[in-house]
Amino acid sequence: MSDWRYRLAEHHGTLLAIGIFVVMFAVYTSNHPAGLTANVVQTAANKGVLLAFVAMAQALVVITAGIDLSVGMTFVLTNCLASWLVVGSPLETTFGVVVVLAVGLLCGAVNGAIVIYGRLQPIVATIATGAIYFGIALMLRPFPGGGVNEDLADALTGRLFGFVPASLVTLGAVVLLVWVPFSRSVYGRAAYAAGSSEVAAYMSGVPIRRAKFMAYSLSGLLAAVGGLFLTFFTYTGEAAYASGNAYTLFSIAAVVLGGVSLFGGKGSVIGAIFGALAFRTIGDLLFVFDFDPLWQPLFQGVVLLVAVSLGAFALFRVRNRLDWFA
Amino acid sequence: MAAPSADTAAFFRMEGVSKRYGGVRAIEKADLAVTAGSIHAILGENGAGKSTLIKIIAGVVAPDEGRMLLDGREVSFASPGAANAAGIACIFQELSLVPDLSVADNIMISDPPRRFGLIDRNAQRRMAEAALERAGAADIHPMALVKDLPLSRRQMVEIAKALARKPRILILDEATSALTAADVSKVFAVLKRLRQEGMALLYISHRMHEIAELADECSVFRNGRHVATYPAGSKSDNEVIEMMIGREYRHIFPPKGTVAAEAKPVLECRRLGWTDRLRDISFSIRPGEVVGLGGLDGQGQRELLLALFGVLRGMTGEIRVDGAPVRVSSPAAARADGIGMALIPEDRKTEGLMLPMSVRENLSFAALDRIAPHGIINRGIEDGKIEEMVRLLSIKTANPDIPVGALSGGNQQKVVIAKWLMRGPRIILLNDPTRGIDVGTKQEIYQLLRRLADEGAAIIFYSTDYDELIGCCDRVLVLYDGTVKTELVGEGITDRALIASALNINAGDGVPASGAAA
Amino acid sequence: MTDTTSDPARRFPSFLRRADPAVLTAFVCIALLLVFGSLYSTSFLSPEYLLQQLKVASFLGVIATGMMIVILLGQIDLSVPWVVSAGAMMACAAAAYGTAGVALAIPFGVLCGVAIGLVNGIGVAYLRIPSMIITLATNAVAQGLMVVYTGGFSPQDSAPEAMRWLATGFLLPGVPNAVLIWAIVGAAAVFLLTRTTFGRSVYAIGNRERAAYLSGIDTRRVVLIAFAISGGLSAFGGVLLAGYASKAAQSMGDAYLLPAIAAVVLGGTSILGGRGSYLGTVAGVILITLLQSILSVMQMPEAGRQVIYGVVIVAMLLLYGRAPASR
Repeated sequence: MSDWRYRLAEHHGTLLAIGIFVVMFAVYTSNHPAGLTANVVQTAANKGVLLAFVAMAQALVVITAGIDLSVGMTFVLTNCLASWLVVGSPLETTFGVVVVLAVGLLCGAVNGAIVIYGRLQPIVATIATGAIYFGIALMLRPFPGGGVNEDLADALTGRLFGFVPASLVTLGAVVLLVWVPFSRSVYGRAAYAAGSSEVAAYMSGVPIRRAKFMAYSLSGLLAAVGGLFLTFFTYTGEAAYASGNAYTLFSIAAVVLGGVSLFGGKGSVIGAIFGALAFRTIGDLLFVFDFDPLWQPLFQGVVLLVAVSLGAFALFRVRNRLDWFA
Repeated sequence: MAAPSADTAAFFRMEGVSKRYGGVRAIEKADLAVTAGSIHAILGENGAGKSTLIKIIAGVVAPDEGRMLLDGREVSFASPGAANAAGIACIFQELSLVPDLSVADNIMISDPPRRFGLIDRNAQRRMAEAALERAGAADIHPMALVKDLPLSRRQMVEIAKALARKPRILILDEATSALTAADVSKVFAVLKRLRQEGMALLYISHRMHEIAELADECSVFRNGRHVATYPAGSKSDNEVIEMMIGREYRHIFPPKGTVAAEAKPVLECRRLGWTDRLRDISFSIRPGEVVGLGGLDGQGQRELLLALFGVLRGMTGEIRVDGAPVRVSSPAAARADGIGMALIPEDRKTEGLMLPMSVRENLSFAALDRIAPHGIINRGIEDGKIEEMVRLLSIKTANPDIPVGALSGGNQQKVVIAKWLMRGPRIILLNDPTRGIDVGTKQEIYQLLRRLADEGAAIIFYSTDYDELIGCCDRVLVLYDGTVKTELVGEGITDRALIASALNINAGDGVPASGAAA
Repeated sequence: MTDTTSDPARRFPSFLRRADPAVLTAFVCIALLLVFGSLYSTSFLSPEYLLQQLKVASFLGVIATGMMIVILLGQIDLSVPWVVSAGAMMACAAAAYGTAGVALAIPFGVLCGVAIGLVNGIGVAYLRIPSMIITLATNAVAQGLMVVYTGGFSPQDSAPEAMRWLATGFLLPGVPNAVLIWAIVGAAAVFLLTRTTFGRSVYAIGNRERAAYLSGIDTRRVVLIAFAISGGLSAFGGVLLAGYASKAAQSMGDAYLLPAIAAVVLGGTSILGGRGSYLGTVAGVILITLLQSILSVMQMPEAGRQVIYGVVIVAMLLLYGRAPASR
């Protein structure tokens, strides 16, 4: 039995993303003046997890062959909300965290309802809901400000046992609590099936709509976890339009780098996480090689452009030109 | 698993089931009785209603009238999932597998084994392996991705998937057409075992020898109606063909023309091939000829027309126009002046017309280069040409600016034909142009085709209606499995010959399978 | 309400088909907004105010024209923000290079937009990358290029005289040049869409690319050209905006993506492509501009404006833009 060959085939996108990240991170640390220290790892982890959460959120929707252009705005909205609510006594803080997560879930559910039951195109629907979420964020925080329970924030952005970044542990916990159950449930399976071939999924009697709705809702939840972490890092809430847009864009880049097919049905949230970490490392690499940080947006854009163009090679295998228009 | 019933009475019945698509009858007042522990073959030519029948049983489409009884209780299936739950599994021609999931995921997709609410992958794998074993496909690895498997292996996965549901009724719709000979014998052994275990099998196939080997009972359908049910082996091939022939109306066809024997061919094909769908096709056609493409649906006729029209990539062989080799790499190249081809596509709603756009816009679309010098539309020329076409084909439209989708099916089809006639094509390819349109319009199209041929056009005409091939064509190439098996000429084009050669059996007066004239 | 047929136009007789219900609704909304505004302040109905609104609308109008052509194809162009900025910055930058630079400033800015549009078009038409993705990517690249070029600050070059005149001057007395330009661009778009092979092909591809291809149209070239036009018009919008503000700014294009899409969609153009009239886009542009103006006169904060935008778009789409029920 050569199971490993099939496992490799099934997860090759994810494995490739892990590989890319490991190589990039190795190059980064070996050129970093301080080398591979707990500090360097912690800084990198804290920079990376924000995008990782948002990329996870995007990946869930992309697997169903959808797209969520409001994910960055959900992230900003929950950041603003957290800067009001995640403060005070442990009980109040807990309550705040729960409310923030619930609001994220609601944002995702609204997207899902509009796309699935309202039958609108995900692109336009989520651009519009993104505007709404950003507007609400701006109402909550017309100016940057607010605060956060600093004990919690420091605990979650610090280190465990002196060397393990707590943010990475949280990321792992979220994967275990959200992604693993979902992906191994009937609904997760149905989400993949619907993304890969909606007709075949229907013929097989799979719960397509409920699965998609769950994927959109959980996507909102994950974006909210990202928003919480943003608050933990910055101690404030800020309705930053450019930042929301950038996170939406980077989440798509991370998903593509992470081996999740934009046509749906392929890839995993794990891949998206490593795609996000790799994408973040681009900036770090520019830093250690003394590039002007001004070049960072251009590099990120070019990486994204190249990544999305790679998928086009499948076109050369199309033997019937009518399949272009499928 | 269904226990074998004590008596052989049918446990599933369809009574008076009808289904129409638009104005076209697909199946009318059909009856069918399914008995446990037997293999029931369904026979019929193209358009006899076989696929509609099984789609209704499998819950893919809902019948307009009639009822279905399962164990004496009336049932109706809202979706394939509902039919599944009632113990009906169907192996469709169009595969229902999810390409990006593994074989095991696909086999167990509708009801995976679960522990604590999550899918138990080890159990799933064991069950999938068992199902593959049962289907005689133990060579397929349960973790392989479906999209990485060749077509024949996918078909075996499809069979395993149906078996894993432990159905009471298993429907196989041309399930063996993609299989290798070795697979077929394995599958047959499996099917016979399932019959012994008490399962009811509905077997749809056009391969007569398969039916002879497997079936206990046969039902023949014709024009959407149930004709007869008889015990297998009680009728000869000839009698079966006789039952499949026979129509309720006869068209009046225009008299056939005569082609000058010395006329040079306008189009010649030499050893055309494309993937595994077209093999070694050679033929030629002269101006004034109407050449039919016959055979059962899906034997490569559609691909052949698309190949000639420049849609397929990776073709082998040679196409010559007026004796000179040409490379046709797109429909734009095919319609260009030196070649002058036109294709009336299979599905006018998705390939022929832009339904919400006006009759005018649709009519002039293929000939825009003629009426829009320098890309700017000359309304004067356009109006003139459109008026001419509306008159020539007597298209019934209030005015040319209403959406083409508002016209009747027959008039829509006339628009598709007219938009190509506006270019004055020399080679006209038609893909089943009369499907789903009224009798009157059909007659007009037959007249038109003959007139175009008389005016010097070469016409290649694929039809699923054998009557049309007999009435319209000077020659018919009968395709079987991607290649031309038989060529029928003139008086040799008969019902019997068409059906026999379509089924690739040598019955009656068909010309033996000997390859076509080059 | 649940408009599930693939062809709602079929339900209307021919003379009503031209008057798309969405276009009518948009114009009714414009009238209502004006009435509502005049209750708030009588100056809402004054010619000066209306002309001023038209002038503000013309920048969005030029950008939305390109967006409309792309949406008619069933695609979308999300690279608008940084194509607008790039067009403005490159035009201003060219003007810094002597008299030749000044003369070529406007064409150069527009050409930069065309170049980005061509990349989008190649990606969509030839590589079959979803337009949403490739245009997001080129937007990021354009942003990266501009950030590198400007060093992350608003560029110092100011807009040359010609650009300012184009955006703020008066060629015809009483008619601002910006309005005149929008009228010319609009007339050209109407001509292109209704009277040319290209326009017919755009609608046909939006309806059914397969049928257009089988009719012998080079659909890929049409898509490529449409994206190039969209890029060029976005950049031209940027040039006008820079002329209006006398200089280019980093994120000047951000405020135009959502309104451009909204204006096209609110004007009855189907987001799935193939259906829509330029008149509708004009109505959508004016509607959006008036909505913005009234919200700001009422001192509605940016937050409320965003929410109202989003809600209006979702609501209008639920009325007109739903995909057919699958079965």
